[in-house]
Amino acid sequence: MSRRKTERLLSLVVCLLSSNRYLTATQIRAAVPGYPDSFDAFKRMFERDKDELRELGIPLETGVSAAADDEPGYRISRQAYELPEIRLERDEAAVLGLAARVWRRAELAGAVQGALLKLRAAGIDAEDTIQPGIEPRLQTGEAAFGPLWEAVRDRRPVSFGYRGAGRSSSQQRNLEPWGVVNRHGRWYVAGLDTDRGETRVFRLSRIDGPVSFRGRAGSVTVPDGVDVRELVREWDTTPETQRTAVLQVRHDAGFGLRRGASAVRPDPQHPGWDLVDVLFSDVGWQAEHLASFGADVIVTEPADLREAVIGRLKGAMA
Amino acid sequence: MTTAAAPGPAAKPAPPRVSPASDRLQRLLALVPYVVSRNVVGLDETAAAFGITERELVDDLNMLWCVELRSPDPYCPIDLSYEGGEIVVSEAESIDRPLRLGVDEASALLVALRMLAEVPNLEDRSALNRTIAKLEAAAGEAGAVSAQVAVQVDDRGASTALAQIRDALDRGQRLHLSYYVPGRDEATERDVDPMRLLVVEGRTYLEGWCLSAEAVRLFRLDRVLALTVLDQAASVPPQAEPRDVDQGLFRPSADDTEVEFELSVAGRWVAEYFPCERVEDLGDGRLRVGLRTPDTRWVRRLALRLGEDGRVISPPDLAAQVREDASAALAHYT
Repeated sequence: MSRRKTERLLSLVVCLLSSNRYLTATQIRAAVPGYPDSFDAFKRMFERDKDELRELGIPLETGVSAAADDEPGYRISRQAYELPEIRLERDEAAVLGLAARVWRRAELAGAVQGALLKLRAAGIDAEDTIQPGIEPRLQTGEAAFGPLWEAVRDRRPVSFGYRGAGRSSSQQRNLEPWGVVNRHGRWYVAGLDTDRGETRVFRLSRIDGPVSFRGRAGSVTVPDGVDVRELVREWDTTPETQRTAVLQVRHDAGFGLRRGASAVRPDPQHPGWDLVDVLFSDVGWQAEHLASFGADVIVTEPADLREAVIGRLKGAMA
Repeated sequence: MTTAAAPGPAAKPAPPRVSPASDRLQRLLALVPYVVSRNVVGLDETAAAFGITERELVDDLNMLWCVELRSPDPYCPIDLSYEGGEIVVSEAESIDRPLRLGVDEASALLVALRMLAEVPNLEDRSALNRTIAKLEAAAGEAGAVSAQVAVQVDDRGASTALAQIRDALDRGQRLHLSYYVPGRDEATERDVDPMRLLVVEGRTYLEGWCLSAEAVRLFRLDRVLALTVLDQAASVPPQAEPRDVDQGLFRPSADDTEVEFELSVAGRWVAEYFPCERVEDLGDGRLRVGLRTPDTRWVRRLALRLGEDGRVISPPDLAAQVREDASAALAHYT
């Protein structure tokens, strides 16, 4: 069954590629072996075959060859079908081989294999030239990645349940997605939140339940000049004003704090301790960070940070 | 509008499947140009390149050779032979070039190449840029969407270390590292025989044989405080097994302690940041999670950070230690 279908599809592709003119369904039926005798059965099978070829990315065109023809025909333009000439030097083939490993085991692994197959057919052996020493990977563990990638690719609006940071339940969000970005190993989607009429960034791991397409392919327009990387970077960094905290840090501890400190000096009043100045912007986050050092770090000032750390520690006592 | 989104567990939608016939058609359409671009090529080599047996390959070749179009006049558009194990295509008609790259195919490769270009000193920048340009040109419109997908790799201050490690790897030299271990808040000194560089989950790591631990260890490059290439040859012992990065970077071992946390809404991030073995929804946004760790000092620090947002449930002696840690820290404030 599958073998006869493969033979038929192959003949169909060769037939349509070889012809300079548009071939009508009747002409195709006469040229390509393997179609059933009944015209209705042929039409149904031919429709499915066309879908299958388009699914594979084969550019099947519809048109009429001459003004006199009223029945539309089909052809595959060689120019639209063929991969343009591409030649890679040894070092270029090596980086391509390395890049091909990035998606291994991730959402687009199959697409990479498809691309390598075509490039190999064009005479490029990317994998043979792999050099050891580097192993790059992208992970797409989030279930939402696949549908969001499709939505961005096909320019389709989506909706999904989203549980924002610190929320006990998820909310339905409607988004015109502009792009997906991986930052520090986490995936984000950026776009226009159509309910709020504003640009928004969502973290894929906080999407709750399935992502649904809402609207036709091609109905999302990415505004000119939008840089999705920049949108996610801004969302991820808080440009608030910074303040200085003065910390009392035990001599042999707090390496993480000392690395980013603006000043470190011995504490004149407490032998065995240093005074360490660090810049911070978010009291809550900084209090969590400092509490994790336990009895090795004491906040001297400011008072609100000091209170916040005490609050954290009391919480851990409960 | 497709389906209305229903709340529920995140389900991975089935990837679009191509039929077995389509799958084989793709291979057949690649096979002819594969041979044509190489003039003559062995059956064994070709079978290996396509990941099929020689028998399957011969069946593919026969199918191509048998293609016959009946109209206007019957003719066989493809002529080939594989006598003596060498394939030659003498007539390929219209399928002597491979099909264009699809959007997913072109984008996946372009995104990956640009990700590699993000990491300074990882790879030869000029080769990367040339490859990106050539692939963009060959992909045409299919590559355009890749501009809407980006991967940023965190390399804060790692580029000098990266260049030194690449050099040590090339020359097979031992390294000395000053390395910060945040879980224990310690700066450690150690000699490491480098094995490879990993760029995983948006960060760069050195994998190597740690001479003090006598085990394979991962070092995050942004936590390397100082690094020296030693004037001494590296000797990675044969028992040093590189990690299978596709199984996740941090895999718990059977000897690890299992720790159970109860998290409030504000503490849910723990389940996102650390690989948890079990995640149980307790309602109202609260979670109970189980994770394994070889080093409970890290858990104690995490528990202090969480405060009332997360509580160690078990093991009980670890929960008691957390309370002692908190009490010792609070004593400084009274």
